[in-house]
Amino acid sequence: MSTNENNESRSRGKAPAGERIADWADGRLGIYSLAKANMRKIFPDHWSFMLGEVCLYTFIIIILTGVYLTLFFHPSMNEVEYHGSYVPLQGQLMSEAFNSTMHISFDVRGGLLIRQIHHWAALIFIAGMIVHMMRVFFTGAFRKPREVNWLFGFLLLVLGMFTGFTGYSLPDDLLSGTGVRFMEGAVLSVPVVGTYLSFFLFGGEFPGGDFVARFYSVHILLLPGIMLGLVVAHLILVFYHKHTQYAGPGKTNNNVVGMPLLPVYMAKAGGFFFLVFGVVAVVAAVAQINPIWAFGPYRPDQVSTGAQPDWYMGFSEGLIRIMPGWEINFWGHTLVLGVFIPLVVFPLVLVAIAVYPFIEAWVTGDRREHHILDRPRNAPTRTGFGVAWLTLYMVLLIGGGNDIIATHFHLSINAVTWFVRIAVFAGPVLAFIITKRVCLGLQRRDKDKVLHGRETGIIKRLPHGEFIEVHEPLSQEQLHTLTAHEQYKPLEIGPEVDENGVRRKIKGSEKLRAKLSKAYFNDQSQIPKPTVEEYKEITSGHGHH
Amino acid sequence: MSSQENPEENLPAQHGTAHGAVSVADEKHPFADPGLPPHEHRVQDIDERAAKRSERTVALLFTVSMLATVGFIASYVTIDIDQSAYIWPIGHISALNFALGCTLGLALFCIGAGAVHWARTLMSDEELVDERHPIEAPPEVKTKVMADFAQGAKESALGRRKLIRTTMFGALALFPLSGVVLLRDLGPLPGTVLRHTGWRKGKLLVNMNTNEPLRASDVTVGSLTFAKPEGLEEHDHDFQTQIAKDALMIIRIQPDDIKDKRELEWSHEGIVAYSKICTHVGCPISLYEQQTHHALCPCHQSTFDLADGARVIFGPAGHALPQLRIGVNDEGYLEALGDFEEPVGPAFWERG
Repeated sequence: MSTNENNESRSRGKAPAGERIADWADGRLGIYSLAKANMRKIFPDHWSFMLGEVCLYTFIIIILTGVYLTLFFHPSMNEVEYHGSYVPLQGQLMSEAFNSTMHISFDVRGGLLIRQIHHWAALIFIAGMIVHMMRVFFTGAFRKPREVNWLFGFLLLVLGMFTGFTGYSLPDDLLSGTGVRFMEGAVLSVPVVGTYLSFFLFGGEFPGGDFVARFYSVHILLLPGIMLGLVVAHLILVFYHKHTQYAGPGKTNNNVVGMPLLPVYMAKAGGFFFLVFGVVAVVAAVAQINPIWAFGPYRPDQVSTGAQPDWYMGFSEGLIRIMPGWEINFWGHTLVLGVFIPLVVFPLVLVAIAVYPFIEAWVTGDRREHHILDRPRNAPTRTGFGVAWLTLYMVLLIGGGNDIIATHFHLSINAVTWFVRIAVFAGPVLAFIITKRVCLGLQRRDKDKVLHGRETGIIKRLPHGEFIEVHEPLSQEQLHTLTAHEQYKPLEIGPEVDENGVRRKIKGSEKLRAKLSKAYFNDQSQIPKPTVEEYKEITSGHGHH
Repeated sequence: MSSQENPEENLPAQHGTAHGAVSVADEKHPFADPGLPPHEHRVQDIDERAAKRSERTVALLFTVSMLATVGFIASYVTIDIDQSAYIWPIGHISALNFALGCTLGLALFCIGAGAVHWARTLMSDEELVDERHPIEAPPEVKTKVMADFAQGAKESALGRRKLIRTTMFGALALFPLSGVVLLRDLGPLPGTVLRHTGWRKGKLLVNMNTNEPLRASDVTVGSLTFAKPEGLEEHDHDFQTQIAKDALMIIRIQPDDIKDKRELEWSHEGIVAYSKICTHVGCPISLYEQQTHHALCPCHQSTFDLADGARVIFGPAGHALPQLRIGVNDEGYLEALGDFEEPVGPAFWERG
């Protein structure tokens, strides 16, 4: 072996060791071609592009800490008596899962810290994904060619929620057990097959002795495995498509302006991983999360007040809490609409955001690539839909915490529930209307700024006594940035009779599309951009103030 | 499909093509793209002393990180796991958890802060431009791929040899069934087990807290007692599954206050036994208001009127709590007079 190395180094002269290793790898992996395309890849700079990184890094943190936790956790529901160092629970019967979680928390040095990092990182991971999706949604970054990557991200959000749910159910504590019971009740409500599903899921009647072990393999292997694949695919597509950028001087749909991966983004993004990890570690040091010792082991006949799922499941909790208890009995069967409807609406709320890019693409009929981000105000209908969805989500979150709201603000639980029942329908509509108006107002202000310049705050008195505020004309960069956005015209169906006077058949979908297009892009839905003529007339007519 | 497409000329001019990528603003094009603004030097680019200061800052951050890691190890070794410390404003918390978390956090954060500071102050901040290329393949590539595919498909003769095609699809469609069948033993079939609980005629009602059989005289008006059937012990291997169905709420109401006739009949001198398991999704109901006789499930706020057949008066539950018919045996102990007449817990398809 040493002679081989000697031969090689002699034949290569004095090439440094790093280069020789790289040569070796290139001959087998083709790394030079990869590096040529990616090493100096340009990434645009904006704080909002950091949100996705938060998700990626918390995902890595979750995997690292999760592997550590598996070294100590026993996914078993065998009943044991507790003899650990937490005195209040000594002698209590509990499952091995709960017992080992107690062991991690009280008898493994640093175990509590890793547990808390794991749980906090999970909460931040899902919060990060939602905020990241908001950025992508409101700036229209989901448009062609990125629709598939939007779906990957969406799947990551959904899988993240269920990985979180299966994860916090593992310690088999009183709070999470209540959540699992809720899930069992929801599964039971499924018409025809619900009872069978529940029996297969739990290995018999609830709670049985199987679900912790089953959730465990789903939580540590199945779901994270799929998610890891999706994360990799998501990142490959980000590289392949090249990052979007905001409009600005020198930035076009055909270029990408920013800093190179090596060294700037290597250092910034790599450093950001440590920043995120550091912050999560400090949070886990000072902020307690999921104190299972305070809840105690799960017993199906016990519960505490203020039982809440982790926040990202809160909206489904809201759905189930506000739903009236409808039940239909017929021919010896029960249709449990009061539980089944929320169970169906829950995925529909999520799917609404998954399909939106395809709906918008259909309405605009635009098949071109879009790499310049929209400012949310310049797409008022889309922004309105986004805020309406968020409003629905927040209202349901409030519904999921109606008991907490009631006790903390000294309100009637019935009043809070009724408020949520109404707000679920009224809130999104109101939010849509208000958001659209705000967007239009901001568009008007942009137009004003382009045509009349920036308000300087300086008051000037004219010779004839009139006071005016001095407006300063915008720079070329600003003028360009504020007028760079695209404005669609509403689609026309075209005449109903063709040139020969024969009635043309117009498909229903075409009519619907024209109607939607009109709703998106009529004069009430966007303020026409200032034109060159308007600008010239104003700047030459009055001169500069 | 093509009718749904918007012809290119109807779409708004795309950014970067409207005014030309870089053009000088003139009379005709006041909004033209002026191109990338000139690069502005940072103080570190022109003043070597400032650059040295940045270098020292970065080095300091990396050094603090090293010290913090040393601190982490020292905390791990020296601090007892059950030691608590008073940290303002949090209060008494685990000293080890606090020390480990803070030192680990500091060690990581300083690496990140050092790297970011390095990137921001010392690495080139000149913006560079990359060209984008369309994702779609050029037409000649597409033509080649389509031709290759047609060639491959033809050579496979899949379209021509229908017998192969049909049987192959059949085989591929059937084999996953094995996987589905294998899932069958995940659990037993439900049968009618959800309709039955551990209650039988003559089973005593045992106080959950004291583990003693309940006497009628033990239950006072306005009280709430939780009970289980005699013979069910915490150490039983199926205790969890049994108690998930058997748990009882025992209350005593003045017989005159009971509005529901059947409730009164199934009670013993105003002592009423209801299933503790909510009929919504199965939480144990545990909040009882003695003045109104309302019971509230703390999970989803379903409210039941225990003086009126436990009917639902608010919240998402779909039907009343099942009542257990009780009486008193010769020795004065409360006993069940049978099983629940309807399934307890959440509703399901076969409930009827």
